[in-house]
Amino acid sequence: MKLSRRDFIKTNAIAATATAAGITIPGIDSAMAQAGSNKIRWDKAACRFCGTGCSVLVGTKEGRVVATQGDPDAPVNRGLNCIKGYFLSKIMYGKDRLTKPLLRKTDGKYDKEGEFTEVSWDEAFDVMAEKWKDALKKKGPTSVGMFGSGQWTVWEGYAASKLLKAGFRSNNLDPNARHCMASAVGAFMRAFGADEPMGCYDDLEHADAFVLWGANMAEMHPILWSRLSDTRLTKPGSSVHVLSTFKHRCFDLADNGMVFTPQTDLAIANYIAHYIIENNAYDKKFIESNVNFTKTVTDIGYGLRPEHPLEKKKTGTGGKLTAISFEEYKKSVAKYDLEYTSKLSNVPKKNLLELAKLYADPKKKVTSFWTMGFNQHTRGVWVNGLVYNIHLLTGKISEPGNSPFSLTGQPSACGTAREVGTFAHRLPADLVVNNKDHRDFAEKVWKLPEGTIPEKPGYHAVLQNRMLKDGKLNAYWVMCNNNVQAAPNFNEETYPGYRNPENFIVTSDPYPTVTAMASDLILPTAMWTEKEGAYGNAERRTQFWRQQVNAPGEAKSDLWQIVEFSKRFKIEEVWPADLIAKQPGVKGKTLYDVLFKNGQVDKYPKQQITDEAGNQYANSEMDDFGFYLQKGLFEEYRTFGTQGPKIGHDLGEFDAYHKARGMRWPVVDGKETLWRYREGFDPFVKKGEGVKFYGQKDGKAKIIFAPYEPAAESPDKEYDLWLSTGRVLEHWHSGSMTRRVPELYRAFPDAVMFMHPEDAKKRGLRRGMVAKVASRRGDISLRVETRGRNRPPEGLVFVPWFDAGRLINKLTLDATDPLSKETDYKKCAVKVEKV
Amino acid sequence: MQDTARTLCGVSLLGLGLGVYSRQTHSLPATALRPPGVKNEKDFLSACVRCGLCVRDCPYDILKLSTFSDDIALGTPYFTARKIPCEMCEDIPCVKACPTGALDKELTNIDDARMGLAVIVDHETCLNYQGLRCDVCHRVCPLINKAITLEPRHNERSGKHTLFIPVVHSDSCTGCGKCERACVLEEAAIKIFPLKLAKGELGHHYRLGWEEKEKAGKSLVTPDQEHKYNLPEGLKYEHEGQGLMKDLPE
Repeated sequence: MKLSRRDFIKTNAIAATATAAGITIPGIDSAMAQAGSNKIRWDKAACRFCGTGCSVLVGTKEGRVVATQGDPDAPVNRGLNCIKGYFLSKIMYGKDRLTKPLLRKTDGKYDKEGEFTEVSWDEAFDVMAEKWKDALKKKGPTSVGMFGSGQWTVWEGYAASKLLKAGFRSNNLDPNARHCMASAVGAFMRAFGADEPMGCYDDLEHADAFVLWGANMAEMHPILWSRLSDTRLTKPGSSVHVLSTFKHRCFDLADNGMVFTPQTDLAIANYIAHYIIENNAYDKKFIESNVNFTKTVTDIGYGLRPEHPLEKKKTGTGGKLTAISFEEYKKSVAKYDLEYTSKLSNVPKKNLLELAKLYADPKKKVTSFWTMGFNQHTRGVWVNGLVYNIHLLTGKISEPGNSPFSLTGQPSACGTAREVGTFAHRLPADLVVNNKDHRDFAEKVWKLPEGTIPEKPGYHAVLQNRMLKDGKLNAYWVMCNNNVQAAPNFNEETYPGYRNPENFIVTSDPYPTVTAMASDLILPTAMWTEKEGAYGNAERRTQFWRQQVNAPGEAKSDLWQIVEFSKRFKIEEVWPADLIAKQPGVKGKTLYDVLFKNGQVDKYPKQQITDEAGNQYANSEMDDFGFYLQKGLFEEYRTFGTQGPKIGHDLGEFDAYHKARGMRWPVVDGKETLWRYREGFDPFVKKGEGVKFYGQKDGKAKIIFAPYEPAAESPDKEYDLWLSTGRVLEHWHSGSMTRRVPELYRAFPDAVMFMHPEDAKKRGLRRGMVAKVASRRGDISLRVETRGRNRPPEGLVFVPWFDAGRLINKLTLDATDPLSKETDYKKCAVKVEKV
Repeated sequence: MQDTARTLCGVSLLGLGLGVYSRQTHSLPATALRPPGVKNEKDFLSACVRCGLCVRDCPYDILKLSTFSDDIALGTPYFTARKIPCEMCEDIPCVKACPTGALDKELTNIDDARMGLAVIVDHETCLNYQGLRCDVCHRVCPLINKAITLEPRHNERSGKHTLFIPVVHSDSCTGCGKCERACVLEEAAIKIFPLKLAKGELGHHYRLGWEEKEKAGKSLVTPDQEHKYNLPEGLKYEHEGQGLMKDLPE
């Protein structure tokens, strides 16, 4: 029932009169309720920001999101939000929202050095397709690529994966999640043969103690921190241990706060393993039945360009594991005794001992958390693994409260980047491109001929920028991220590739970001609830939302852009004749026909989307393509989990997610899984098996010894300070959304440099003065902050990266973990001078 | 006769003017804050020569000189926290510039300034009181964890979250106004008030026992003796606070 405004006033008047007269009119209440819901319509959605995955209710009125509220029924946040979540309703309405494609032009024609000029979608895609075809023809599939996002919705990542890996036959698809948690993925795959945490957020209530290894949860996972704090407050005997290279807000709650010298976390983790063994505190039975001991290749370099002196010096390559005995492992960690570790790390012995005792205490349930401090690390995979070692030695894993828990930064780093597999080496549900069985399975699901998906992993994030600079990657599409502001070594390795005359760069974004402005074509993009979406948070919870409003102007969702662009390619233009010959039915068809009109993705017909209250919702993609694209993509994607070669990745049915406040996978027979790998909790562990790490062939997890090795670049005489970069609570990533919210801008307007007052004094600097901070690669100027939220020790400065006007990535080094290819944004050497 | 009347009129006009003037001097509006180094409004007004040198030397253009419409003693310096707060310069140039000592030269550490006091004026709209993780006022505070602390409390409604209640401490708050400026609400829930408006005053007949004990560093009266109790095995009695409790092995 729909009421016009006039009807509503009339109904209201009748009701008022009736009330005054003391009578009830049948049906009037429901009419009023319906009219009320026409005023503001409420529906659920996942928060747009971090990996916590809070749920919100979105209030829509006259085609505009006018309000939000924390979803009181959501298990993660129970109606609460952080200050970014509080302002969700404002992020879509920045004054400079892009509403038309913009192409660099001179005299009406595309020109790399031209001015951004409004063009139609047709013209934009014409020019784009021409550049793609040109690159494919000249240099083949490796010359096209895409940089995606852990903020893509699940189906956007999935559609992109299909278009790149099967359509263009290029594995040059990588997400910004490479900068974020690729190291976590690497370590999960090595230790457990399956990605993502075994535990869930309920560990926050079940643990007796928490150890934060390089995670500033107080600011970066505000609602989870609120839960952790509550356990600390209300559970007698509970404790919080915080490790970081500088003091941050988590230290307020820390019973045992430890500031360590950068990179020495490797030694600290090994010390704990040493202590556990030395004191016979390891769980012999658990180890015997569930663990294999191995060691990794060492001295593996720093993921820099091969000609870099540091790469020439290395003696090892890769991540090959060699089986070792328990005794050998014991010997390997013996070097990391209290004396050595305390001296190396600069953490007092007392604190290290307290931490070791906690892990060793069989009565204490310990949950370890980490995020970028571990992942953005040139030994990220190693150091992630070293904490698994501790939990595996003690058997403190896969049960309530005992959890090594890798948190994610982005809202769908898990759901999209990892589960869908939008990495250069991955396919959905933990499959990888360099495994023939996995490719075969993907090709079967996608109804494509054998050999469609290339075997060789594509260019990862940092390599993409290098290849752009070197002119080997020429047609490049950046979607749902701001990599020119994020990627390391802006001056030498990022910007040059974008402006390389050989390349054509496209950026899809709602706002004119640094990346958009460095591109040749900008595509205006629908965001958040302007499209139907799904995100997967850090505890394996998949959450859906419906489209609440239409995007402004001609802005279109990433999904629409990917699928619509596929129409521009005839199969003959992208596939070789021998591949087409294997499946002649594809002849003459477009990529759109082959990938998306394949009888599966287009299986669900156009329909009116309604919620249980009968409210109606738009679905712009359904209108444009004529079928329920999101549902078709998800249901096809789901078969990777339910029928794929790797077990334990089952997702529920599409419709179920629109009803639930998210579900934690594996979802089997409608039931969620809270703790993986443990009998009773995990449907894939049979009765009598106890614990089974079924991602590995023999069901056993791997303890992997890895030593301490120094950082790629440490302070020296000239560049005498460590630089660490990161976020602040008020701003999300590069600030393209949050800096357009006036209140958040006011709360933290511009980036500052947090430094120790003594370090400032030594350089003639006072709080509030502008200083120049420089590395070997670039410099910026910004204000000095010696007070406030972050308190670095002497010898380290911290600069947040949200500020487009102060690009700290001009300074950062493009050293990566050679295994995960993730950049170390936490360590490089800088100097600070008075301006 | 006419002259007398004129004079009388003049006197009464002057009286009227003085009345307005003195009213202004005694009631600084709640939104107007004085620069650092003002001990009390009355002394300040008698010493301030309205020269504007402090305003000139403020590097951030925070200080303004009041005009007729401001309802503040004419020509005196002030700032409005919500618009632009004090940056708390380490060298305090405004105080240095003052030729008369109206801004007290003895103020050499900006942390000792008392321009006003932050007050959470509305618990019903302050987001942290509702359990949200705003705490912007805490993080912008130059004296974080001294002037503003977050006191954690269990969130009974959600059952598993913490309320981080912002608490202002007058022994550290300088009244710089960063918190009021940064408060994300439409109308700030934390505001800086001149000290006179912001502070209560405890009755002079009463002392807070625990504070006096802390100040003295010991009990003011002979410390309580050790108590002994008849208790069944496995229980202990903690006199200091917990009372009867299980004797847990360490």
